Amino acid sequence: MGKLSDAIYEVHYMDTIAGIDSPIHRVHPLVKLIVTVAYIWFTVSFNKYDVTGLITMVVYPVALFSLSGISFGHSIKKLRVILPFVILMGILNPFFNREPLFLLYGITITEGMVSGLTLLIKGILTVLGGYLLISTTRIEAICYALNLLRVPEILVTQILLTYRYITVLLSEANHIFEAYSLRAPSQKGIHYKVWGSLIGQLLFRSIDRATGLYDAMVLRGYNGNFRHSQLPKARWQDSAYLLVWMAAFAVLRYTSLTALIGSLFVR
Amino acid sequence: MHMADALLSPAVGGAMYAASAVTAIYSVKKVKEDFSPKKVPVMGVMGAFVFAAQMINFSIPGTGSSGHICGGILLAALLGPYAAFLSMIAILLIQCLLFADGGILALGCNIWNMAFYACFFGYFCLYKPIIKNGMSRAKIVLASVLGCVLSLQLGAFSVALETTISGISELPFSVFVAAMQPIHLAIGTIEGLITAAVLIFVFETRPELLNAEATENKFSLKKVLVIMGIVVVLVGGALSLVASSNPDGLEWSIGQVTGKDELDTDVSVHAALADVQEKTAVLPDYSFGNDNIAGTSFSGIVGSGLVAGLCILLAVIFGVYKKKKKADVEKT
Repeated sequence: MGKLSDAIYEVHYMDTIAGIDSPIHRVHPLVKLIVTVAYIWFTVSFNKYDVTGLITMVVYPVALFSLSGISFGHSIKKLRVILPFVILMGILNPFFNREPLFLLYGITITEGMVSGLTLLIKGILTVLGGYLLISTTRIEAICYALNLLRVPEILVTQILLTYRYITVLLSEANHIFEAYSLRAPSQKGIHYKVWGSLIGQLLFRSIDRATGLYDAMVLRGYNGNFRHSQLPKARWQDSAYLLVWMAAFAVLRYTSLTALIGSLFVR
Repeated sequence: MHMADALLSPAVGGAMYAASAVTAIYSVKKVKEDFSPKKVPVMGVMGAFVFAAQMINFSIPGTGSSGHICGGILLAALLGPYAAFLSMIAILLIQCLLFADGGILALGCNIWNMAFYACFFGYFCLYKPIIKNGMSRAKIVLASVLGCVLSLQLGAFSVALETTISGISELPFSVFVAAMQPIHLAIGTIEGLITAAVLIFVFETRPELLNAEATENKFSLKKVLVIMGIVVVLVGGALSLVASSNPDGLEWSIGQVTGKDELDTDVSVHAALADVQEKTAVLPDYSFGNDNIAGTSFSGIVGSGLVAGLCILLAVIFGVYKKKKKADVEKT
């Protein structure tokens, strides 16, 4: 099944690109997490008719793509998951709000058109913000950052274990589905008569695996507490990274930089 | 149903993060109460199981389309509601980070819309009351379908509410809801049936895997009331925020026909009744006189609370009457 093998590939791919070395990859995970959340926060806080202000927020993804060496092409794939819904909402805006805003070469631009456009830009920028976090930070490091933020240990462990077991269970599900497809070649999905038994089998295998995993963990000294791998301590560069981005976001959000630049050229 | 960051305002995103965080802290506390080290890997693997199982397509008989399993109810039936809620958080976080399915700011909303309603509302208010006296195939089907349908309906309704309150989309609330609810009614029914099929298989082959607490003949009305209360307060409060910006459907139609928001009531009986209503209403016209958001929101919460209170009162009266009738029958 394409969907399952695609997902397995995706997890491995993200794990690989998060593990490469670059100045951005070396930034402390907690700092990257805070900067990402701040970026998304500032981006969505723009007024729905402020296209020119919003455009300036593109600085962050452009800087990070070039500094980290992450390919932009792959991130487009991520956009296709959430973007159709955002596009649909954005396309509907011009129909529901027809208040004219200004004239552009004889064409009336309505409030709905502008708000639809900002919605689309916000959609792209926020997905890119999230993508840049996960493609430059391993999930273990994000869990370490959550730990520093005092997120309960049990929840952090849960995220870590779920992530580790996703590929194992995805390939298990893939085996089951492939075996089924070979016996029922012309079917699009699972026949309703075997809905229960097929997933039930996957469930039993998962539980047996969990038992095996628990035994293995106990043999290695597990007593209910999960030990995180040691990560480097925050350096001065990390503080500088945080300060620079926070200042940049505040400037981009609260000053009309595009208007300022524009006024230099237009009298 | 995963929401994107672009559809939310920071205030709505932050508020939903807070609501989900409080529920998560409470769930962590409850899971720790009967904590066994073995539970952690089981929860992790079960989270991964739901993640993988959600990617399998099930063909729906008679149609060309396919459905998925409803993760929240299945996990709650297997692990119990608190552990299921934590597992769902892990699943939603990984979906958001790795697959860009749902935004980082929208995570609080997504946890609330997909995990809270299924794990708490679906489990405590529907699943558990139905199967509390022992399981059977019919009960599992009923509990799963009702649990999935209603938790998905609430989730879809919340998506529309959160988007409208954020004020990003120009789509009117009524149009959004009219589009969301019927689709999710169909999705919920199919997800409920698939969940039921899996639970029946587990029940018939390895029943010890199901959360034993659900079948204990112990029905906690307090829990049901607390969850219903949270749902009523949140949905009611949010709905009145929407109502404050969009006039009520009836008032709107009146406005379209007469050009005024309310009909003139110069007939003496109407005038007298209106006068009585004006005097007795604690919150005239659902607000504190002026149109402030806090006022409308507060009156929405109060109104919802009163409706909920009335329902509870009726249920209690009905329960007492039923008990009395049963006692009378036993006597004779």
